[in-house]
Amino acid sequence: MININALNMDSRELNKKIKESIEEGHKEINIINVLGQRFIGNGIQNKDLKITINGTVGNDLGMFMDGVDIELFGNAQDGVGNTLNSGTICVHGRAGDVVGYAARGGKIFIEKDVGYRVGIHMKEFKKNVPTVVVGGSAGSFLGEYMAGGILVILNLDSPKIMKADAIGTGMHGGKIYIRGDVNANNIGKEVVILDIDDDDYKILTSILGEYGKRFNFNSEDLLKDKFIKLKAISHRPYGNLYAY
Amino acid sequence: MSVLDKLLPEFFIKVDRDLCIKCGQCVNNCGFSALLQDKDKNVKPIHEKCVACQRCMFVCPTRAIQIMKFPGTQKHNDYWNPEYISNIKKQANTGGILLTAAGTDKLHPIIFDRLFLDACQVTNPSIDPLREPMEIISYLGEKPIDIAIEFKDNSYILKNKLKPNIKLSSPIIFAAMSYGAISLNAHKSLARAARECGILMNTGEGGLHKDLYEYADNIIVQVASGRFGVDPDYLKRAAAIEIKVGQGAKPGIGGHLPGYKVDDEVSSTRMIPKGTDALSPAPHHDIYSIEDLAQLITSLKEATDYSKPVGVKIAAVHNVAAIASGVARADADYIVIDGFRGGTGAAPTMIRDHIGIPIELAIAAVDDRLRKEKIRNKVSIVAAGGIRHAADMTKILALGADFVTIGTASLIAMGCTLCQKCYTGNCSWGIATQRPDLVDRLNPDEVSKKLVNLIRGWSLELKEIMGALGINAIESLIGNRERLRALELSKETLDVLGVKPAGR
Repeated sequence: MININALNMDSRELNKKIKESIEEGHKEINIINVLGQRFIGNGIQNKDLKITINGTVGNDLGMFMDGVDIELFGNAQDGVGNTLNSGTICVHGRAGDVVGYAARGGKIFIEKDVGYRVGIHMKEFKKNVPTVVVGGSAGSFLGEYMAGGILVILNLDSPKIMKADAIGTGMHGGKIYIRGDVNANNIGKEVVILDIDDDDYKILTSILGEYGKRFNFNSEDLLKDKFIKLKAISHRPYGNLYAY
Repeated sequence: MSVLDKLLPEFFIKVDRDLCIKCGQCVNNCGFSALLQDKDKNVKPIHEKCVACQRCMFVCPTRAIQIMKFPGTQKHNDYWNPEYISNIKKQANTGGILLTAAGTDKLHPIIFDRLFLDACQVTNPSIDPLREPMEIISYLGEKPIDIAIEFKDNSYILKNKLKPNIKLSSPIIFAAMSYGAISLNAHKSLARAARECGILMNTGEGGLHKDLYEYADNIIVQVASGRFGVDPDYLKRAAAIEIKVGQGAKPGIGGHLPGYKVDDEVSSTRMIPKGTDALSPAPHHDIYSIEDLAQLITSLKEATDYSKPVGVKIAAVHNVAAIASGVARADADYIVIDGFRGGTGAAPTMIRDHIGIPIELAIAAVDDRLRKEKIRNKVSIVAAGGIRHAADMTKILALGADFVTIGTASLIAMGCTLCQKCYTGNCSWGIATQRPDLVDRLNPDEVSKKLVNLIRGWSLELKEIMGALGINAIESLIGNRERLRALELSKETLDVLGVKPAGR
C-alpha cells in the first residue's frame, strides 16, 4: 500500500507516479486530494491492483483500463470507463457524460446520477459483457448505438418515470434495465419495452447484489419494485437502408 | 416481377463458342455468379449479374470471353446519362440509399494533371540518383523548432528532447482499410510488404487480427467512434495510433459494416457478436470540440506512455486549414487529410460524388496556414485520396505534404480491377470479401511481392524526379512550390495552391 498526495500535482505527474508505484510492485494505491486530475488509471493493465481515490477526478477516469479495481470517494467528471476493457470502477458520488463509452468488458458502479450519452456504443463478445449500474437517474441518449452489455438505471432518488430522451437510439444489442418506467415517446424506434422475465431477474439479482455490497445497502428490497427492460428489435437495425 | 422492376444489364458477357474449351474456369472464378454451365458444359452468361471485374477474362486459358457494355442504347442524352436513369429506377424499386465503392469516378477537374514539375537544367543542376545519394527517408511525427547540439569528447550530442517519430524508408503509407472491408489475406499482404519496405500499413477501424501482431512496428492502428477492437493491447501493438474523424470518400459519414460480413474471425477481431452490424457513426460522442479531441489524443498518449505518435485523420472539406490548425494545436503528431477522390469499401453514391474537395487544394491550404501560424513543425502532413503514380506523389509533396497514403493504388497492385462492388462482399479477386472460397485466391506470398515492387518502383521514380528537379533530399521538396507550374488553372486556384502559371 502506498499513499500519494495529489495536491498541486498535474495529471501527467500523478499518472506517472501511479505507474511508478505499480512498477515498484505496489498492489494498493491510495490517492488523496485529487482535484480534477484527468486520465487516472488510463490504459493500465493489472488484474490485482486496487486504486482508492479521495477527491474529485477529472475526465477519462479508467479509460482503456484492463483489470484494475478503482474506488472513488467523490464525484467524477466525463468519460468514466471510456472504452473500458475489464476491471471495476466504483464511484461514491455522481459522474458526468459518456460513462462506459464503447466499453467491452468490466463493471462501472455509480452511486448517484450520471450525465448524457451513458453506455453508448457498449459492446460484448462472448464472456466479455460490460456492466454499468447507476444509482440515480441518467440523461438523454442513454445506451445509444449500444451493441451489447448491460445498463441498469435504479432511479433511487429520482422520479420513477425517466425524463431522459432518445433512450436506446440505434441500439442493436445488449439490455437496458430501468427501475420504474419510461414513456414510449422517449425511446428510440429501434428498441422495445419489455417486462423482465426470470432470466432478467437472475441477472439483476447478481448485479445488484454486488452493487449493494459496494455501497452498503441491501439490494433485495429493490427487486420487489417494478423493473422494465429495453431490448433491440434487431441486431441489424439499418439492414434495409440501402438500394445496392 | 413487373417490367417496371427490371433493370437492363450494365455489361454483356460474350463467350466465343469456337474458342471455349468448356473447362469451367470462368464459372468457378466469378464471385458474382454471372456465369453458369449447362448439362453439356456450355457456358451460359447471366448478363444482369456481371460487374466487369474481369476475373473470367484473366483466367480463361483460350481468351474466349469478352466483357463489353451491354449493347442496345437509350436515346442519346448528355444530361440524363444512363447511370442516373438506372439509379432512379433502383431507388424507385427499393426506396434506399444508393451505395458504391472504390472512390468517385466522376470527371471532376483533375488539378494534378494541370501541374507540371520543374526540370532545373543549368540553374540548379540536375542530380543523377544512380550515382549520387538521394535522401527519401522520412520521419512521421512532431519535429523540434530548432536543434541544439553539443560537441563533447569528439562527438556531437543532440540536446533536444524529441517527440516520438517513426522512420520510413519512403514517404508512402498503405492507406487505412479495415479487416472486414478487405480480407485477412489482403491485410497480411499489406503488413508483410510494409515490413519489407520499411514503411507502414494502417489497420483501419476494424481491430487488429492476431496474425498481424508480429508486424507491430509497421502498423498504424485506428481509433474511430465505434472503437472496434480497441483495447490496451491493440494500442500497444502498433507503431502509431490514428484517430479517424473523417474520410475523403464520405466526409461526415461513419462506417457501417453490414452484419452479413461479420463472420467468426471478423467478430473476434472487432470484439462483437457474429452477424451484428458494426456501426461507427461519424461523430465521436466523446468529442464535441477541439478540446475534447485534445483530450482523446492525450488519453491515447497516456495509455501508451507518450511512446508513439498519435495522428488524426480528417477529410478535405471547406475550411480544412482552420480545422487542421486546431488539430495541430490539440497536440496531434500527424494529420491525415483525405481528398474527395479517396476510396472506400462502401459509400453512399451521392456523398462520394458531391462532398469534399480535391486533395491538392487542401494540402496547399493546410501547409500554408500552418507555416503562417508557425506550427508547421508540430505535425507531419499526410496526403491521402487518389494518388495514382509517383508524379502525383511528388506534386503533392511539393504542395506541402510530408507523406502520401496509397489505398486504391495498392489494391490495384493486389489485383483489383475497380469494378466498384466492394460492398457486395463478392470480390472475385479475394480482396474486398470475407467469403472463404474467394479469400483463398489471394496468396499473401505472391501479393506482398507485388506491393513491394510497387513501392520500390515509386521510390525509384521519386528519386529520379527529385534528381531532375535538382533536389537531393526530400526535406527540400516538401512545400517547395517553386518547383511547380500550372497550366490553365484559374487565378483563384493558383492563389490557393501558391503556384505560378506555366511560363513564369
